[in-house]
Amino acid sequence: MVHGEIWTLKELFCLPNEYIYWSIQIVMYPFMTGLVAGAFVLSSLYHVFGVKQLKDIARFALVFSLALLPVAMMPLLLHLQQPFRGINVMMTSHFTSAIAAFGIVFMTYGSIVASELWFLYRKHFVTTAMALKEKRNKSQFEWLRFLLFRTLTLGAYDISEESLKKDEKAVKVLAGAGIPVACFLHGYAGFIFGSVKANALWMTPLMPVIFIMSAIVSGIALCMLTYIVTMELRKLFVSRKKSSVGGYQTRDEIKSVEIHVIKMTAKYLLLFLILAITLELLDLIFRGYTAVKSWDVLRSVIYGKDFTNIFILQYGLGNLVPFILLLLPGLTLRRTVLSVLLVLFGVFMMRYNVVIGGQAFSLTFMGYMHYEMPMIPDSWETFKEGLFGAVTVAVTPFVLFWILNKVFPVFAYEESH
Amino acid sequence: MITRRDLLKYAIKGAAGLALPLAAFEIMNPKKLLADISGPGKVRWAFVVDTYKCVGCGLCVKACKIENEIPYDANVTRTWVERYVLTKDGKLSADSPKGARDGFETNKIDLGLGQFKDIKNEDIKKAYFVPKLCNQCENPPCVQVCPVGATYQTPDGVVLVDRTWCIGCGYCIMACPYGVRFFHPKYHTAEKCNFCYHRITKGLKTACVQACPFGARMIGNLKDPDDPVAKIITTERVSVLKSEYGTKPQVYYIGLDEEVR
Repeated sequence: MVHGEIWTLKELFCLPNEYIYWSIQIVMYPFMTGLVAGAFVLSSLYHVFGVKQLKDIARFALVFSLALLPVAMMPLLLHLQQPFRGINVMMTSHFTSAIAAFGIVFMTYGSIVASELWFLYRKHFVTTAMALKEKRNKSQFEWLRFLLFRTLTLGAYDISEESLKKDEKAVKVLAGAGIPVACFLHGYAGFIFGSVKANALWMTPLMPVIFIMSAIVSGIALCMLTYIVTMELRKLFVSRKKSSVGGYQTRDEIKSVEIHVIKMTAKYLLLFLILAITLELLDLIFRGYTAVKSWDVLRSVIYGKDFTNIFILQYGLGNLVPFILLLLPGLTLRRTVLSVLLVLFGVFMMRYNVVIGGQAFSLTFMGYMHYEMPMIPDSWETFKEGLFGAVTVAVTPFVLFWILNKVFPVFAYEESH
Repeated sequence: MITRRDLLKYAIKGAAGLALPLAAFEIMNPKKLLADISGPGKVRWAFVVDTYKCVGCGLCVKACKIENEIPYDANVTRTWVERYVLTKDGKLSADSPKGARDGFETNKIDLGLGQFKDIKNEDIKKAYFVPKLCNQCENPPCVQVCPVGATYQTPDGVVLVDRTWCIGCGYCIMACPYGVRFFHPKYHTAEKCNFCYHRITKGLKTACVQACPFGARMIGNLKDPDDPVAKIITTERVSVLKSEYGTKPQVYYIGLDEEVR
């Protein structure tokens, strides 16, 4: 079986070699990268622009951004026909290609996030390492923990007021430098698509900007969702244990903090949602108005074959409904959860409609290709480019976040500055 | 004792002093070096397809699949033939079942999804066949987008793929406006027509040219004024596919209809 043949149905006149070569993993790639970039921008809003109300969610967003980072690369590796040669991109980067710089952009971004986190958590590393050092009769686990934290301090044990001030400044600088890099990381994902001149749907200079806006939307939505979930869990712990968890004493205390943070973040979500939708509609209107040669086939895809996916699922359910839900007065947590879930779904559908929709018509403009996602993984290929592969990619950041949270405690750690 | 200030001073002086003589050297581009040694290339491969002569027998497709070891029954092919039928009601139908590997055996147009459209002979206004293959573009978008440089253009103009280095990202397949690229079912790397580079560089014709009983396909050297192919391209009225993409294709067509995509 030829790659792509399993999930492609051809209708009317398609070229013999045409298949949907970029399938669900390439939908996951911009979706996950978008979450990374969005989470980082959200955390920077506090660190750089001093949006005080976002303080609580900022540190959380940064750790989450780090957890998401390796997962942005996962779908790319999973979709490669030769995954073990993936490193070639770094070995012989061919810089006329938009993909070639991926390694560099990705690494730059990764180091910024990692160093920002280091400055942010340096005091925690030092105090933990010191406390473990003092402790006599360490268990094996404590030895490992001690070793880990001692390594993480990188030998910098100075936690005087003065040096912490410097840390704070470094965080600010890194967060500031990170914003353009995060936007670049994702705008660049948009460029990969927008620069394909052979594809009538993808080729638009607006693509990178559209991608950035929807990325921020999805990043904020995911942070809100995870924030609510963790806070709910902590409410549960508080009422069970009847003791303080992470500095909070009672359920009501947590609840008041939680709703405050959520209301604040929702405003930013709405702002970026408006920007994203405006740009997407501009693109659509422009295509219809200029109506170049490809418009006939694009129109039949956008208003015909993919109508449900684009107008009902993406714009309707994914944009309009959460937009109204978030704007209605008296925002509750339950309503927020529903809204952010819908927003995430909307952004996912946007990626889907771009990536799969861009391959839904033939280069001849006389035929169509339908994508049927493999559900049951009966081979390696249908696993990695099917439902299970996509779910694996979607679940991994949460697992990573859980692990990272052990090293970078998102809530329990009392900030000194 | 050397102070920090002194060290910096010496370092700057040293670097500046070294920079001058180093500037005398030039980092040479390998391509430029080759051109300087061997003069401008003497060969630029180009292809001519005479659509008037093509009858859609598919022998070229068969020959290509066998010569280039593309699994015979796999639904991918380096070259293929398209059939266009324009009926009196102004409708255009086109197909290329199995890339026309077995020719066009019936009048029925393949609509995909197992459906066929029967067209009566008396309804046909015009009908013709168009063979397609890689255009070996002068400005190949596939080469531009390859992230690892596994696909490249030779000095004589043919675009090749390095199977040992291709990572299989599929970006080149997406970038080609002609749909000539695919993944090789066995090697799992990008694959395309390379004008039978192993043959033409030894003075042979490509497999498809050799297999065509009607002389609809011709390959030649654009830089040789006496070459029959170069003569056709320079003296006759020819056209190329999808010139709007700026790829400068080097497969020239005689009798190319406006409807051909």
